[in-house]
Order: sequence, then C-alpha cells, then structure tokens
Amino acid sequence: MSDPGLAESIETTEIDYMELDRIIEEDFNNDKENLIMMLQEIQRRYNHLPTPALTYLSTSIGVPLSQIYGVATFYSTFSLEPRGRNIISICLGTACHVRGGEKIREKLEESLSIEDGETTEDFRFTLESVRCIGCCSLGPVVKINEDTHGRIAYTEVDKVLEKYE
Amino acid sequence: MMKIESTKDIEVISENYSKKLYYPEAVKVNIGIASCGIAAGAQASLEKAAKEFPDNNGVSINQTGCIGFCELEPLVEIFEKGKPRLLYKNITEDKILDMIQDYREGNFNKKWILGQMKDPRSFLEDDIQNPIAGVSPLEKIPILEDVPFFNKQVKIALRNCGYVDPDSIEEYIARRGYQAFIQALKDMEPKEIIQAVKDSGLRGRGGGGFPTGIKWETCAKHNGERYIICNADEGDPGAYMDRSILEGDPHSILEGMLIAARGIGSSRGFIYVRNEYPLAVKRLVTAVKSARRYGLLGDNIAGSDFSFDIKISTGAGAFVCGESTALMASLEGKVGRPRAKYIHTVEKGFRENPSNLNTVETYANVPVILLKGADNYVKMGTTHSKGTKVFSLVGKVKHTGLVEVPMGISLKEIVFDIGGGIPRKKKFKAVQTGGPSGGCIPEQFLGLGVDFDELIKVGSMMGSGGMIVMDQDTCMVDVARYFVDFLKEESCGQCNPCREGITAMLDVLTDICKGNGKEGDIELLEELGMMIQKFSLCGLGTSAPNPVLTTILYFRDEYDAHIKDKKCPSGVCKPLFHYEIDEEACNGCTLCAKRCPEEAISGEKKKLHHLDLEKCINCGICYDACKFDAILIQ
Repeated sequence: MSDPGLAESIETTEIDYMELDRIIEEDFNNDKENLIMMLQEIQRRYNHLPTPALTYLSTSIGVPLSQIYGVATFYSTFSLEPRGRNIISICLGTACHVRGGEKIREKLEESLSIEDGETTEDFRFTLESVRCIGCCSLGPVVKINEDTHGRIAYTEVDKVLEKYE
Repeated sequence: MMKIESTKDIEVISENYSKKLYYPEAVKVNIGIASCGIAAGAQASLEKAAKEFPDNNGVSINQTGCIGFCELEPLVEIFEKGKPRLLYKNITEDKILDMIQDYREGNFNKKWILGQMKDPRSFLEDDIQNPIAGVSPLEKIPILEDVPFFNKQVKIALRNCGYVDPDSIEEYIARRGYQAFIQALKDMEPKEIIQAVKDSGLRGRGGGGFPTGIKWETCAKHNGERYIICNADEGDPGAYMDRSILEGDPHSILEGMLIAARGIGSSRGFIYVRNEYPLAVKRLVTAVKSARRYGLLGDNIAGSDFSFDIKISTGAGAFVCGESTALMASLEGKVGRPRAKYIHTVEKGFRENPSNLNTVETYANVPVILLKGADNYVKMGTTHSKGTKVFSLVGKVKHTGLVEVPMGISLKEIVFDIGGGIPRKKKFKAVQTGGPSGGCIPEQFLGLGVDFDELIKVGSMMGSGGMIVMDQDTCMVDVARYFVDFLKEESCGQCNPCREGITAMLDVLTDICKGNGKEGDIELLEELGMMIQKFSLCGLGTSAPNPVLTTILYFRDEYDAHIKDKKCPSGVCKPLFHYEIDEEACNGCTLCAKRCPEEAISGEKKKLHHLDLEKCINCGICYDACKFDAILIQ
C-alpha cells in the first residue's frame, strides 16, 4: 500500500460521524479487539479508509493512530486511497496461475491502462490481485464486486468489463 | 422455541426432519449453493426455480452446500418419494425448469444426468434403513457411488455437504447432528472426551498434523480462562475444503468446538474466518444464531452447568494469520505478526491465556469420532495418520473438485482415477501439495500413499489439502518463482532470514526466468533455502524454501535449460521461447489466425499458415486454440 493520500481524502470524503459512532459503539461495543472489523465496516461505507474517520476511531476506542495505520497497511484488504466504483479482483492463486491467471491479469492491465493495485482515472475500476478466493476448480477466476467470473478467457475480458459502469 | 435438553429432544427433531430430508411430500430439488456453484450460475437457477414454484405446490426448491464435483457445477439433485434420486449436472438458469420437468415426466435425459444415488445416508446413519431401498434404479443411468469421481471417496468431514440445507440446524440434527455433543455433555467426563480423541489418532488437518488429543490435553492442564479457537483463515492458494465445510455444513464445526470446549473446560470460542469468504461468514452467523435459539450455545447448555458461546471474527487478507500466534494477535485486533513459540499457545495464546486452536476440518471430524467410537475411526487410514483427508483437486486435471479419501490412498488414484487424469492428452508433470510451504511431487512418486509422514519424506507436506496438478505446459522454475513471490508478499517482515532471504531468492529466480540466470544460481538458491529454513521465526519462513528446493531436487533439468541453454521447455517464461508452426501438422483450419490478437498469423484456408515472429507477443492463444498440436514451443 502506498502513500495514504491524506490531502485528497480530507478534501473529498465527508464523514458521517453519527454513523461512525453507531458502528463503533453499537456494532462493535467500543472494543479494541474489533478494530479489524470496524475498519472493514468503514471501508464498506466509504470504499476506502478516509483519514478523518481513522483519527476519530483512534480517539473513540483509545488506540493510537500509528497502530491503526499499522493494521490498515498490514492487511491487504484495506486501502487508504479512494478506490474505483468497481473492484476487480484477479485471482492469482496457484490453481488460477497454472491455468493462465497471469495472462488474464496482463490483459486487464492492458485494457484498463493501469497496473495491479491502481485505479482508473475516471474511478470506474480498481484492479487488485488476490491470492485465492477458493473457486479453484473454475480457474482462472476474476471477481468483479460480488460477481465471480469463472473459466474466463483472454478474449472475453473486454466483454465482461463492459457490464460494469 | 424449544430448548434442547436431552438426547430425546434431539431425536424428536431428527424424526420430524428426516421426513423432509428423505421422504418429502413433494418433488424435492436441492441446488448446490456454494461459492463455486454460484460462480457457475447456481444462484440464478435457484431464483428462477423458486419463482416458478413459489409455495411448494408439488415442487420444493432448496439450497444445499457443495456437492463436490465442482467441474460440473451447477449441480442439482432431485428426488421424490418412491422414485430414484438423481443428480443433474451443469444446470444453469436456462435449463433448470426443463430439468425439473424432465424428472417429473420421467424422461430422465441421460445427457443431463451425472448419476443416480444408491444410498443417501451419511457415514453416521448406517444403522437406519436406507431411505431409497426398494426403489428400482433406472437402467442406463450410472450409479453415483460407482462413478470414478465418487467411488473411492469416504465422506466424514464432508458428510453433510451437498445433502442438507446449511442454514437449517434441524436438517443437521436429522443427520445425527449434536447427538455426539449431548452425549459428551451428559454421559462423559471431560477426561474421557479427550481420551477418545487421543485414541482416535486424529491429527490436525491444517497442515502440521499435530495430534489433536494431545493438544487438547495440554491445553486443559493449564490454568486461566481457556479459549477454543477455530482457524477458518484458509489462506493456502489452491485449497478450499474449509470453505466448503463452512458453507455447506457449519454446524459440524460448532459441534466440534462445543465438544472441545467441554473436554478442555472453556466457555468462550472464536472462529477466525477469511474475509474473502463472504458466504461462509453469512452461513456461520446463521448457524450460531440457530444454535443459540435451541440453547446449544449460551448459558447452562441443555440444563447443565456448562456454558459456551462463539464469536465470529473476520480476517482481512493476510496469509501469515493462518499461523497460530499471528492469528491470535489478529483476533486481538492487532497486526498479525507471529511470535517465537518457546511458550506454546496452549499455555499462553489469545489474551495471554491457554488457547486451543484447531482448523475447520479437524473440528468437523470430532463429532464422528465420538459417535462411531475411536476404535471404528482408527480402522481407516495408515499407522500414524488415521481417518480421511479432504483434498481440493485442481489445476490441470479433468475432474476438478473436492474429494475426501482415506489416508494412505495413492497419489495416482487421486489424480488419475478420481481426477480422471490430465485433460487434452497432455503429459503429467507434478502434483503440488501443501500450499506455498509444500513441494512439487514428480511422476516417480505417484505410487506414494498419501499421509502426513509420507509426504514429508519426499520433501512436501500435507498442508491444508490443496492438490494442484501440473502438466507438460507448467514450467517448474516459474512455479517456484510464483510461490516465492507469494511468500515475499505475505512475509510479515519482522525477521531477517524470511524477509531478506525470500527477497534474495525471488531476485535469483526472476533472473533465471528472464534468461539472465548464471552458473552457480542453483547452488545459491540451495544455500539461501537452507539458511531460511534454519533461522526463520515462524512456520511461514521455515517452510518457505520448500517449493524451490523440491523443484531443484526433482526438476533440475528445467533449471539447467533456463540457465545454460536459455530455454523454457514448457513455454511459460516469455523471453526464453518462441512459437513455431509445425508444417506437417498444420492443416490450415485458420483458427489460430482468427484468434491471434496481434494478427501475427497469416495463411489461406486449408493451406499452411505462417507465424510472423516480429509481431508475435508469445501470448499462447494460438497454442491453446490449435486442435492439431501444430503450434510448437521452441
């Protein structure tokens, strides 16, 4: 994960603090042990982890921001930068790898003109490689948002992308 | 809502729901709704069928878990009292209604049917009458139990996957679920429970193969608030048996944990599940809620002084969190870094308290051990590995899917009999077991009986049970590079040997794959490997060099070809090969030319084609497309 993109997220993301309180207190009992799940919930709302939300979280549950930053950058699910409307997860698990997952990644990178981990300029897509989503019998697999596309061929990639606005 | 207090209560529920399970009033349709089924279109089939038959008017539409034969998903089972139970294959949305009609009208279209079932009972119910006994089987439709994919399998951990509705605790109970737990609670001393697990010889299914009973016993000896933790962070790429159990039979895990809690003396349980498995999380949440409703989780369970509850925590995408100490750190909401284990987690683990960690498949085995007795369980398997193991058979194999086989079965039987061998008449090269920490096993060991110890002898390991088949088109140097790249990304970075050692190995391997390999690289890899194995802090590091060391051991010729001849014989490492058209084999079918994205192939119909190497980008589309093996790797 790269630079947190502090300035950008402060400017562009409006945080609903009432809702944040609800997540922290009601859903997760103000309990530090639930930090990872709180971050997941925040990311679900904002599509990434906006810095102001993390600062607020830090004071609420009494965990230093440095530690939250540590957690947010250690686990691969989290992104500190705004992500695209559609998240493409290209599976690079072993089964997909031996069935040509790498070629599909190259094709995605070429079609979207971005590299692994990047977001298109129009925020339509973010491309992320993941290690095994457990659909190994259907490799190579591409997951876009919640849809899993199994046994995808190089030539089908563009057609699949068209479905997502 | 009634609370379950005794075996009698269980029997009442069981009786009621057995009818629904085995002798339905209406035609019963079970659609396999697990992640791979959904990816193949099962959800759409379910919705369409449910819309067509909204209120059980003659047909009831149900969901079930993974039936296992993932290659043929969506799989749909259909049956009616007095008629054969059939399993239909590849039933996508467009076929589901026709399929139901096909069954009701008794046409039984052979092309759509995988087989008919001989006996739907689970391993646990062999003392009840076979519910389809007396139904005359259909001619010319294969018996499922005789289909090569199924006939060598013995389902213990997967006993309910694909048979019950995973969201229905009652159906689980109807398959003798929670009976073992109530028995353990009412009729057994905690020590007896642990003894039974010890006697069964059950070893941890997560990879290491540590004897489960001994772990429980050690944990029980330490004082403090003890925790029962389930490792559902199935991170090994190419392995998804735990997902299948989580999605298809979550109650078997809860019951296993309850028995462990009773044996060890614990009142708090945790399931740490991968965030990448959203359906598994959903099913677990439902399962925990319904268990609470029946009083099987909570305070004073079944009127006893025993209390136990489970919290579900989700991971966030870190492979290292499959390691016990890292997992516990992550459960505490911290960065998932392992620690040295001079004090074991059974003594000081989660919250510095005694913690018993087992994996999903291990817990799923426990109820069966108690119900069938350890003496029955030990009859299956080898001297030091008892019972069965679930493998996910994937990669270059015809029948991909989940298979549960007795320990000791040969690799050959798994890959060729169950898996049907390699597709497209290609040649078998290796089978990779044990995930990124395992090794690649070559053809000469295909006769090997698979158990914990035998796999270690050939440089690999059981791991969580991924079995990835590789054929002639898989480059072993590239595979080694792939795993090392994976481990470099997933190394937590706190100890030098792992962090720097793996990076150094990756640099060497990347050079070799790019054609910049040099004399002495192999020896350097071996030296680095030895160092990482000896000095890393946790299991991720100590096993990280395995894929490299085993590929060097068994496929040194491929390394030599890359380094000395600058060639990739399998046609994977792009700078090290090019394609050519075989003048004799090419019959001018034009398929390759049509598919080529760079228009590098030219030629008229029925005449020899020509490949322009200047334009060719080595994408391999022509190689995959050609049906006459006329594209050669040079």
